[in-house]
Amino acid sequence: MRSARCTVLGALVLVLGAGCAVLGAQSKTPASAPARIVSLIPAVTEMLFAIGAGPQVVGVSSFDTYPAEATTRPKVGGLFDPNFERILSLRPDLVITYGSQDELVQQLKGTNIPSSTYRHGGLGDITATIRALGQRTDHITEAETLAQTIETGLADVRQRAAGTPKPRTLLVFGREDGSLRGLFVSGGVGFLHDLLVLAGGENVMADVPREGLQLSHEQLLVRAPDVVIELRGDGWPADRRARERAVWNDARIPASRSGRIHILNDSSLVIPGPRVVHAARTIADVVFLQAPPR
Amino acid sequence: MRTHPLKRGVPLVTISLLTAVLAMVAAPFVGPTPLSMRDVFSATQPFADNMDAQIFFLARLPRALAAGLVGGTLATAGVVFQALLRNPLATPYTLGISAGASLGAMVAITFGAAIPLGLPFGGVTGASLAGAGLAVLVVYALASARHSGLSTTVLLLAGVTMNAFFSALILFVQYLSDFTETFRALRWLMGDLDVAGYQPILAALPLVVLALLAFSWLARPLNLMTLGANAAATRGVDVVRSQRVAFFAGSLATGAAVSVGGPIGFVGIIVPHLVRLVVGADHRVVLPASFGVGATFLVACDVLARTVMSPLELPVGIITALIGGPFFLYMLISRTRAI
Repeated sequence: MRSARCTVLGALVLVLGAGCAVLGAQSKTPASAPARIVSLIPAVTEMLFAIGAGPQVVGVSSFDTYPAEATTRPKVGGLFDPNFERILSLRPDLVITYGSQDELVQQLKGTNIPSSTYRHGGLGDITATIRALGQRTDHITEAETLAQTIETGLADVRQRAAGTPKPRTLLVFGREDGSLRGLFVSGGVGFLHDLLVLAGGENVMADVPREGLQLSHEQLLVRAPDVVIELRGDGWPADRRARERAVWNDARIPASRSGRIHILNDSSLVIPGPRVVHAARTIADVVFLQAPPR
Repeated sequence: MRTHPLKRGVPLVTISLLTAVLAMVAAPFVGPTPLSMRDVFSATQPFADNMDAQIFFLARLPRALAAGLVGGTLATAGVVFQALLRNPLATPYTLGISAGASLGAMVAITFGAAIPLGLPFGGVTGASLAGAGLAVLVVYALASARHSGLSTTVLLLAGVTMNAFFSALILFVQYLSDFTETFRALRWLMGDLDVAGYQPILAALPLVVLALLAFSWLARPLNLMTLGANAAATRGVDVVRSQRVAFFAGSLATGAAVSVGGPIGFVGIIVPHLVRLVVGADHRVVLPASFGVGATFLVACDVLARTVMSPLELPVGIITALIGGPFFLYMLISRTRAI
């Protein structure tokens, strides 16, 4: 359970720490496709496996749990604590780092190991990254097929939402347990905001150009969301979920009055990888769900 | 020691406390959302449909009251710790109580699932109170272990050590936690008075009242104890008992305040000195005046916190430090020149 929590939030880290570049600067241009890849980003690991480059992956981050095969690879640390020695010991010919891991990139430059940096961006960057990875790993056809499947899937969800009224939705990443204090919510930037808009919701915090922000109680009342979606509660037992959901009953917002409070504990929802269509469908289902009777 | 006659003190105390009440009443009228005051106080509109009234009474008023309670409590606790430790640099956080409270909060934020507390307030509040209690007991046990009374030197050293020790544990817990948890934990450490209702205030109020009653009893013994333990004893003060009361009441006040607003800095050190600069050193005046000034100061800081960058919140602890630090230095320098 603990590791599941780690994964979800670890993935969220990356989502929240996003910029807009995709698969960026390569330190060295290799002659052939890499045969020993170390990926430090769960979303990228998922992409590599999905385009058939799984056998080339020899090391993954500590937060990787999907697909199951990825968990069999040696773990080389996370965003803040990549283990340079372990990475070297895997004798990689490509290391994919996150955009903020400057120190690791500098260390890799001192060796002969090529590296690529990656940053999470918006929804459109997912398929762009998949195509770029296809080029880099010589799985161009598979990557193109996957990217098109994702684009079609997302287009279907967008189609479904077209022309329907857009419920004003608040996307919550965190808060103090058992109370409405310390609400940490999505602003109007990033992959999760994009997903919500695609799925037919209107983000009540869309005017704040940030990935995440702390929401005051005053702003919660002023923004008056019709729907609240909490992307947390990984591995919570049913009673705890019910208890945390009940916390919202006292909030004087339309979502509480109509009972449209949804706690989603699905780790795939916060990973901007190949499973994004599933995430879009899940959020769309919730956005358009009829309010349960009070 | 110069003591001011109470004659001069009473009006100053009255003014400071009235200002605090005024600040708490006025603060909800200020905010990022324009409110129609006619709607806020409308007797005809049902409260459930009256957003203006909800913002006023459920978001702003609790914040103003929380700020007043926390600010006043931290300031008076600062006075007590400075007198108890006979050290002008002492703060309510010197003895590791806030570090203990913070550790409790960090544990609750990181391992929230493991603490099924059936409390009327959030688990973080309860956990921070428990952490403060733990720190108090450890520091007390250390300081009274080899002395008949409390050794202020041991108290100070034990407190500083516990601060460092708890800080290490806080870092360890943070290292185990994940990004959003780390962010929320860090955010908690910056102080936050957005209490989202009256429960956290009501939970802390009995503790604060108890501590303040003890403080009022302590005013005279503290006056004499600033002369030194022996001098106080010859004037009929039960020094050991007074030290114990000061330690536990100060800790209780600090723990309660931190459970509401997090470890908001500077209030507990600036306000007592500021008040002493104006009213002198008599604790019968300094304690209540500090409560009034501390409350007013933190209410004002929180108004800035929620308006300056709206809809973003500015952590109130940053504001207290940014305003409090330079202001205190200015007071110090201009006073020194005058003398």
